[in-house]
Amino acid sequence: MTEILKLPKKSIWKIDEQSTLGHVIYVLRENPVTLISFVLLAFFLICAVFGEFFVPYDPLATNAALALKPPSWQHWFGTDNLGRDVFSRVVVATRLDLTISVAAVALSFVIGSILGSLAGYWGGWLDAILNRMLDTIMAFPLFVLAMGVVAALGNTVENIIYATAIINIPFYARLVRAEVNIRRHSGFSLAAKISGNSDLRVLAFHIFPNALPPIMVQISLNLGWAILNAAGLSFIGLGVRPPTPEWGIMVAEGANFIVSGEWWLAVFPGLWLMLAVFTFNLLGDGLRDIFDPRKRT
Amino acid sequence: MLNIKDLAVKFSTRKGIVDAVRGVNFALDRGEILGVVGESGSGKSVTSYAILRLLEVGGYIHHGEINYAGIDLHSASEKHMRDIRGREISMIFQNPRAALNPTRRVGHQIEDVLIRHLQAKRHNAKEKAVEALKAVRIHDAEKRYYAYPFELSGGMCQRVVIALALACNPRLLIADEPTTGLDITTQKIVMDLVADIIKKRDMSMILITHDLGLASHYCDHVVVMKDGVVVEKGQPLELFMHPKHAYTRKLVFATPRLESTIRGLLPLEQRKKSAHHEIMDDILLQVQDLVKTYQGKGGAIQAIKGISFVLKRGQSLGIVGESGSGKSTTSEIIARLYDPTSGSVHFDGENLLATPASKFMRSPLRRDIQMVFQDAHDSLNPRSAAFDTIAEPLLRIAKLKGQHLQNRVDELADMVGLPRSLLTRFPHQLSGGQKARVGIARAIALEPKLLILDEPTAALDVSIQAIILNLLADLRAEMGMSYLFVSHDLNVVRLLCDEVIVMQHGEIVEHGSIKTVMDNPVHKYTRDLINAAPQPPKIEHVTNERMLACH
Repeated sequence: MTEILKLPKKSIWKIDEQSTLGHVIYVLRENPVTLISFVLLAFFLICAVFGEFFVPYDPLATNAALALKPPSWQHWFGTDNLGRDVFSRVVVATRLDLTISVAAVALSFVIGSILGSLAGYWGGWLDAILNRMLDTIMAFPLFVLAMGVVAALGNTVENIIYATAIINIPFYARLVRAEVNIRRHSGFSLAAKISGNSDLRVLAFHIFPNALPPIMVQISLNLGWAILNAAGLSFIGLGVRPPTPEWGIMVAEGANFIVSGEWWLAVFPGLWLMLAVFTFNLLGDGLRDIFDPRKRT
Repeated sequence: MLNIKDLAVKFSTRKGIVDAVRGVNFALDRGEILGVVGESGSGKSVTSYAILRLLEVGGYIHHGEINYAGIDLHSASEKHMRDIRGREISMIFQNPRAALNPTRRVGHQIEDVLIRHLQAKRHNAKEKAVEALKAVRIHDAEKRYYAYPFELSGGMCQRVVIALALACNPRLLIADEPTTGLDITTQKIVMDLVADIIKKRDMSMILITHDLGLASHYCDHVVVMKDGVVVEKGQPLELFMHPKHAYTRKLVFATPRLESTIRGLLPLEQRKKSAHHEIMDDILLQVQDLVKTYQGKGGAIQAIKGISFVLKRGQSLGIVGESGSGKSTTSEIIARLYDPTSGSVHFDGENLLATPASKFMRSPLRRDIQMVFQDAHDSLNPRSAAFDTIAEPLLRIAKLKGQHLQNRVDELADMVGLPRSLLTRFPHQLSGGQKARVGIARAIALEPKLLILDEPTAALDVSIQAIILNLLADLRAEMGMSYLFVSHDLNVVRLLCDEVIVMQHGEIVEHGSIKTVMDNPVHKYTRDLINAAPQPPKIEHVTNERMLACH
């Protein structure tokens, strides 16, 4: 005890370590990779929200005179076959791609969590039926399934979101089912019942929040994966249609020109896409630490 | 043989550097059993891990000397250490199941060790492994050789772990709480076995335990540790007769024994007047022919086979039994967490089973029957601060809000002796004793008529156990509650209960007032339970003898 009293720890951070903000700062400081991923995330969010206001050119404006110009100070990422500025198109596309992935992941998280919680908590026939249904979905090659869904429902952004959500649901449902299952007979859920909570309340307010940290890792990995999926669908001609700027289409269109030496059409959207996926993949551990109260020692 | 000089172990953590062990000295001779006794956080386990240089991440030996038979273990190379571990110095761990690889047959695991340390070759490894299993008196060793850990009971697993540890004939065995997770009768069997082997093979042992009784029963010398320092060392009898350090005295008092009283567990200066509770004549709880069957793989399993008992208002009843006796199932049915298969339970004149368990949270009787759970840590939601945990039943059942809620939680915190400043903390920021207090505050928040206590002190240090048991006695006197106290430890039940039920295999084998059962146990199983508990030397008895000797 005496050591603690002796020296008040010198700290340049005046924020209480116990507060949520203090905890976030601690997690970011402790793990530089998390810090990088949060900075990159902030960058992508700014691009998504404000991108269209600060890009130098209209992403849809064509100019035949400037077609297929290599990267220069006027056009950082060069221009495409219709003379559109690739940099402007890449930045503006951020909003669409992030919207698709976030919406798809949110949808699969909500539906998967509900299904997984019910199956994990009550078990029995509900669990058995649900598991077989999920098995059925997972038995398909997932990308082919998504292609089928979009082809059947029609070529719109909403349908890309639904398709991406459907193929992701099994991952969430299984994870949540396992996390809920190991906690359903834990002391604190029994204690919550004795304190007058119904089963549904115990599940929703006591068990489920404790399952969040591992789900956060899944979400962040999934976000990157959903972006790839949406871009992939666009790449093969399903989903977003030209001339809307979207990374997948841009890579697809640019691929035709790589053989003739105009590499910048495909490479820059591809790099941007890679960076976005990379960001979300790095985000996972940091998000988990932030959502886990036990890390607040 | 082993000499530890001024050993200091530090851990670097988020909060800075923590001194886990601060200058420990002790020595161990050949053939000696040394007990290292202390409560959680005393550094007793860290010391022993440091001997084998198996410290957790962040831990390092800051300074000090560990000399084993002329070898300096502090500066020995990692390669050298690997040869010493298992071959010269071996270890048994607290949780035998965690120490065994669940996907390998136990015989093969023993072979691995034998082959690693060149004690056997491929062709004779099996023979030697079976021999090792026989040495720990496992019946049918040839058959058990092919068993997986999950097919064995806890006691059997611990024997396999011991067989593993002893397979290479080490000269020193370090046993870290070897019997903590085991039933009391199994504990006796395992400890007797270990002591016997140690003697037969002329080995030495370091027994790390929180149980002073156990240490005094089996050890030649005892070292008492607190906060990383050795506060006292000596022969067990001497320690009990003349505990010099205040902390040793506290431990000696707090260790329950046959003749101790509930106030006697506390240090002299903390002892209050004994709390008296009144037993009324009317019946609060009546259980009749209670049966619970589970659907197991090989047909129905009867967890409870038709038990009946009554509990008077204000009375405290202990249910004692080992794991699998059905005592916890009984308490959970009465707490209305589960429905029984058949039988009747009447509480305060009303049929308790009229409302199924899944709807019981809306029953007006919910507030009258509350429960304190076995593992204080597990029973608190990791995401809820202490305040929210205590407030939960008040919010859900009593519908208290705002300032009323705040006041009531503060009042409850005061009643259970939890500083109000700790109410904002999360469970992982509280100590074991504080968590136990939060769990008790939550259970008494609605002033229940019946409080079910499911081994409330099993996971606590003895000095904390002493305080919690006294708190429970005070609360009972103050609030007039009845207790249903479920435990495996007759010595603890005796302190708090008026009557006791002994359960075995789902049946009540003995029922009577606590004094009758303890003094004149009729059933063989009850006698086994009483005899299996390690009995620390009697304090009064010893002092009397000393006085006679002086005359």
